[in-house]
Amino acid sequence: MSDSSAVDTVTTTGLVALRDVNKHFGDLHVLKDINLSIGKGEVVVVIGPSGSGKSTLCRAINRLEPIDSGLIMLDGQPLPLEGKPLARLRADVGMVFQSFNLFAHKTILQNVTLGPMRVRGQSKAEAEKHARALLERVGVEAQAEKYPAQLSGGQQQRVAIARALAMDPKVMLFDEPTSALDPEMINEVLDVMVGLAKQSMTMVVVTHEMGFARKAANRVVFMADGQIVEEAQPEKFFTDPQTKRAQDFLSKILTH
Amino acid sequence: MDVISEFFTEYDGLKAFQQTIYLTLLSALFALVIGTAVAVMRVSPVKVLQVIGSAYVNIVRNTPLTLVIVFCNLGLFLQLGIQLANPNSPTSIDDNNFRLAVLGLSVYHAAFVAEAIRSGVNTVPLGQAEAARAIGLPFLKTLRYVVLPQAFRGAIAPLGNVLIALTKNSTVASVIGVTEASAVMKVMMENRPDVIFVVFGIFAIGFVILTLPVGILFTSMSKRLAVKR
Repeated sequence: MSDSSAVDTVTTTGLVALRDVNKHFGDLHVLKDINLSIGKGEVVVVIGPSGSGKSTLCRAINRLEPIDSGLIMLDGQPLPLEGKPLARLRADVGMVFQSFNLFAHKTILQNVTLGPMRVRGQSKAEAEKHARALLERVGVEAQAEKYPAQLSGGQQQRVAIARALAMDPKVMLFDEPTSALDPEMINEVLDVMVGLAKQSMTMVVVTHEMGFARKAANRVVFMADGQIVEEAQPEKFFTDPQTKRAQDFLSKILTH
Repeated sequence: MDVISEFFTEYDGLKAFQQTIYLTLLSALFALVIGTAVAVMRVSPVKVLQVIGSAYVNIVRNTPLTLVIVFCNLGLFLQLGIQLANPNSPTSIDDNNFRLAVLGLSVYHAAFVAEAIRSGVNTVPLGQAEAARAIGLPFLKTLRYVVLPQAFRGAIAPLGNVLIALTKNSTVASVIGVTEASAVMKVMMENRPDVIFVVFGIFAIGFVILTLPVGILFTSMSKRLAVKR
């Protein structure tokens, strides 16, 4: 697989496509003319300094953050503005949050079955069977009857991944999934994510984990001040960044 | 202390307190339903519903309860002819007054229930609703399965306060002729002005017996059912 052709094919067959997307928070212009296309099966890592708009970009893709102008397409369809069509679209987009956001009043198993039962209309038995298989896949099947507060952060985040996978999403969004974790728990979550990437899940991952980017990403998107400054294959980006901004950023995080 | 035995025999004080309990429980039930609907309107993304919800709370909560109850009788029944009981039944007048009182108490306390639930909604982190929306739950299902179950648990203590207030406020029903506890108290006081403090004490103790366990129960429930985060 030659480096450049991989990028080319995915940009032309975009499962997720952003065109001239702009977003403001008051006076702050957080997303500036963002153009990005993510192909089916592609793993895109978004990195950049804090406040660069990378989380907002991630949240805009399932419209948890509405945008001011531009167009976001998912599987060839523009994002619906609100209501039932938007809810239906979100069912196809898995999201993993920095702070896990597991439903605190539900058991681990109920967390995973809620969407399939209430959105997809699956029977309880069917949803639980699928949920237990997913919990096993992320290695927390023994915790199925516990409540989120009884689990470690790493376990909670793996449950959150299972909860998103239970909807059979077309694409998975990860918004800094390891930033709230203790260091010794980061790898257990990254391992699950690497496994997903190997099974050709389409993924958008906002993270600072360079190891994950090198191991699993097809492409690194570097953002600063609300703009996409540089896009490249991970190895090329980390060893030979083209822009001053990216060189600066990498020198700060790689020196220790 | 023959007045105490008179309370049980001649005045049928237990029956009066039974009426108080019925008034309270029925009104609490309806207030919970109306109050939940109003709270949902206030947290909904639809502007019109928000305005209606907050108008309801602010108008009702700032109107004296006596006015609300009297309006139910003079306004709804005598002026508009709204009957809540079968007019041909022999207990029609009593039933009608009782039901109008339940209506007034429910509508009035729903405003406070709505505020208690809204405070409960505020105890639920935003991330919970975001996670629910992210798996594709529409607004009402997000509320029903994720936000409200946690909000109710966070609202148990303030809801207990509303229930205690409702129990005591049910005495206002006497102004439209419902023979609950305070109505009987007035009769007893008129007949036995010599032992007015004893009469007063009997009814005060009666209300404490009703409300004290409610307070204890709701406090312990609010701790036991708290959502662990």
